[in-house]
Amino acid sequence: MKKKLQVEAIAHGTVIDHVPAGQGIKILKFFQLSAAQERITVGLNLPSGDQQQKDLIKVENTAFDENQANQLALFAPNATINVIEDFEVVRKFHVSTPEQIKAVFACPNSNCISHNEPIDSNFYVRHQQQEIKLKCHYCEKTFDRGLFSELD
Amino acid sequence: MNNPLYQKHIISIPDLSRQELELIVDTAQSIKQQPRPELLKNKVVASCFFEASTRTRLSFETAVQRLGGSVIGFADGGNTSLGKKGETLVDSVKVISSYSDAFFMRHPQEGAARLASEFSSVPVVNGGDGSNQHPTQTLLDLFTIYETQGSLEGLKVAFVGDLKYGRTVHSLTQALSLFGCEFYFIAPKALAMPDYIIEELNEREITYSLHDSIEEVVDELDILYMTRVQKERFDETEYQHIKSSFILRANMLEQVKDNLKILHPLPRVDEITTDVDITPYAYYFEQAENGVYARQALLALIMTNEFGAQ
Repeated sequence: MKKKLQVEAIAHGTVIDHVPAGQGIKILKFFQLSAAQERITVGLNLPSGDQQQKDLIKVENTAFDENQANQLALFAPNATINVIEDFEVVRKFHVSTPEQIKAVFACPNSNCISHNEPIDSNFYVRHQQQEIKLKCHYCEKTFDRGLFSELD
Repeated sequence: MNNPLYQKHIISIPDLSRQELELIVDTAQSIKQQPRPELLKNKVVASCFFEASTRTRLSFETAVQRLGGSVIGFADGGNTSLGKKGETLVDSVKVISSYSDAFFMRHPQEGAARLASEFSSVPVVNGGDGSNQHPTQTLLDLFTIYETQGSLEGLKVAFVGDLKYGRTVHSLTQALSLFGCEFYFIAPKALAMPDYIIEELNEREITYSLHDSIEEVVDELDILYMTRVQKERFDETEYQHIKSSFILRANMLEQVKDNLKILHPLPRVDEITTDVDITPYAYYFEQAENGVYARQALLALIMTNEFGAQ
């Protein structure tokens, strides 16, 4: 039987694959991918090789830099990024969680000094019991990713 | 002479290595035995209390004066132009550090001391930042434990009371875990040790156990560290039910080890009955006095190069 692509191929851009089902929309929102007016194709709840469902995002004429790719790991630790040129994959890499994330998330601790001062937030990424947690550089508290409204 | 703490900030116990903790303890003992009244002569130390804490402030200021230094500062940030005019902490720190050779600070917000250390041109000592850290309390606790036991190595240490909110307990556990101590956590379930501390202990393969009452373990201990179970965390009926398990009375000390010492960060309310005070095991008032020696040691180390590993 001939395989049929469920998501249309793109000429130039980035394909984010192996996104856990349910995270695709969050990624679009977090990275404001729709703001650039480029064509975006999104597949939600697609069948995946391991019998689990996955989301997939194709963004035309857009490249993820390393910092964005690392932040992407907070949503989809096993995601792959495929860079496409002339309908061909010219580069493929796995995301990896960064050791530190600055100026991205507000600290969930309302009494953290980072809310009141002219400074960037700063978190250390920790892996505890196969969960990603973020530890605030300032208040030293460790938070589950679910406590960050930006990741929700 | 190698003093790794010279001109360093003291913000959080996990920042300090075992060797640095030992250096502070050794220096505290040295200063207690042989006072150094001119060590900080001509040095100015700023005492910046953005919220009131009389006991800690007096202890720090006594430490400076006993080393011959001068103190400037304020006892309540709300009554200063810093608080009233809305200046940022960052700007306040830049100015204060230009006036002084070091400063210690208490602030109601978590992370304030870390932030201050990033904008200060002189060493900053954290005197408590919200519910986060209070490292000098831990240093005086360590010094007291060393003084009473002759070592910090491999001790059996129980913590009793409010282990959930007690930053003192969290920091001391982190520090003592560097010395292979064994822990007994005795608390109501609602006030149990937080998960992050337990996870740290698991990662380091430190031995600990959880208990419902002091009697279960008191006979095995070298150190019994009491804290207050705060009444306001429970309804009245529940509090009456649980409190008896977390009150230490003299008649519970009949079979304890000779070297047992009972510590408490103070103030005490009713979690240690006064009949314990006259036993040879009570050491909480000496512990409070040791706060001055521990803070003297810290200031001496960060402001001078007089002490250090040979």
